[in-house]
Amino acid sequence: MKAHRKKKLLTILTALALLSTAIGLLLYAIRDYADAFYEPSRVVNGDAPLNKTIRVGGLVTAGSVKRSSDSLYVEFDITDNEETITITFDKSLPDLFREGQGIMAEGKLIDHKTLKASKVLAKHDEQYMPPEIAATLKKSHQEGVKKMTNQGDKQ
Amino acid sequence: MASWRWFHQLGSPKWFYQKSASWLPWLWVATAILFAFGLYYSLWNSPVDYQQGNSVRIMYIHVPVAALSMIGYLAMAICAIIGLVWKMKMAFMVTRAIAPVGAAMTFLALFTGSMWGIPTWGTWWEWDARLTSELLLLFLYLGFIALHSSFADRSKADRSAAVLAIVGAINVPIIYGSVKWWNTLHQAYSVTKRGAIDPQMQTPLFIMIGAFYLLFAILVIVRLRLEIMSREGKSQWLQAEVLANRSVGVKS
Repeated sequence: MKAHRKKKLLTILTALALLSTAIGLLLYAIRDYADAFYEPSRVVNGDAPLNKTIRVGGLVTAGSVKRSSDSLYVEFDITDNEETITITFDKSLPDLFREGQGIMAEGKLIDHKTLKASKVLAKHDEQYMPPEIAATLKKSHQEGVKKMTNQGDKQ
Repeated sequence: MASWRWFHQLGSPKWFYQKSASWLPWLWVATAILFAFGLYYSLWNSPVDYQQGNSVRIMYIHVPVAALSMIGYLAMAICAIIGLVWKMKMAFMVTRAIAPVGAAMTFLALFTGSMWGIPTWGTWWEWDARLTSELLLLFLYLGFIALHSSFADRSKADRSAAVLAIVGAINVPIIYGSVKWWNTLHQAYSVTKRGAIDPQMQTPLFIMIGAFYLLFAILVIVRLRLEIMSREGKSQWLQAEVLANRSVGVKS
């Protein structure tokens, strides 16, 4: 490579490296704001402001969904496997909403344990599979759990 | 140096214009075959998803165009560096050829993503890191096109737009990393994660990715040939080439 080209290439690459570092630092500085939602443990810690529209996200806890019999009102818990908070909502839930599913809710915190949601969105995970395989996986998981419990009983 | 011959050949508009004419028919055939198989498998002969049902079929378009929107921009940035360092006019022509095709891929990625978001997430747009950085990519492509066309002097246009292409490339790893670095509504990696996509869905997806890559290459080659025509219009070889084609046309 000729000297003047080498110099030009180095100049471009150095500028790119410096600029990337600057943007990297910027993104690091705003990392908390770049998140789409607060996890339940951060809400419980008091990181999330009260009475201000925020978004929270987590997995719907199994057995926590309580529906009202005469309206759309629903209450459920979400967790990040560390802390759990309760979401209240009075509109229709997305199709993908179910126990164990990741969801994102937008609304205001009433206290550090409860969010009154104005919008509930379903997140879907990165797993894609046909229903039969999902059923087989679930079945073998349940059998595995049963087997482990049985072994536990024997000991 | 023998090993650099391909580099110098690609740098010659004449060599590329003459050779690419014979590549295009083969590329079209290969693309048509891949699309025929890919669309058949992805739309009819692949299973529904256990959670999303038929909505999962949007993935077979969304994933290839989203991948190309990022790869197209990186290719544009690399050509911009080559153009600036080696003063190679073909490299600048390639950046011009890629820009609208890449912008179209980015638009399609955003559009199919929104269509997918309505039935699965319950919304067509959310300002999360992945969606926002992909929207920024669309503006970078459009900015490149606008900046290039705002100069009357072509070499100034080439060099200024090249700087934008290089700077904007920083956004590409941010788009890719966004779902890992921050929590987002968009799900995490599945294509590059082993076992995340069932083989019955992965095969049609990979066929569709191949088909879209070929289509992207064809569109860029066709646009590059037009770019060569508009820039080298005064050169003798091109005039001879066009005249030769015209006389063939008259005879047949």
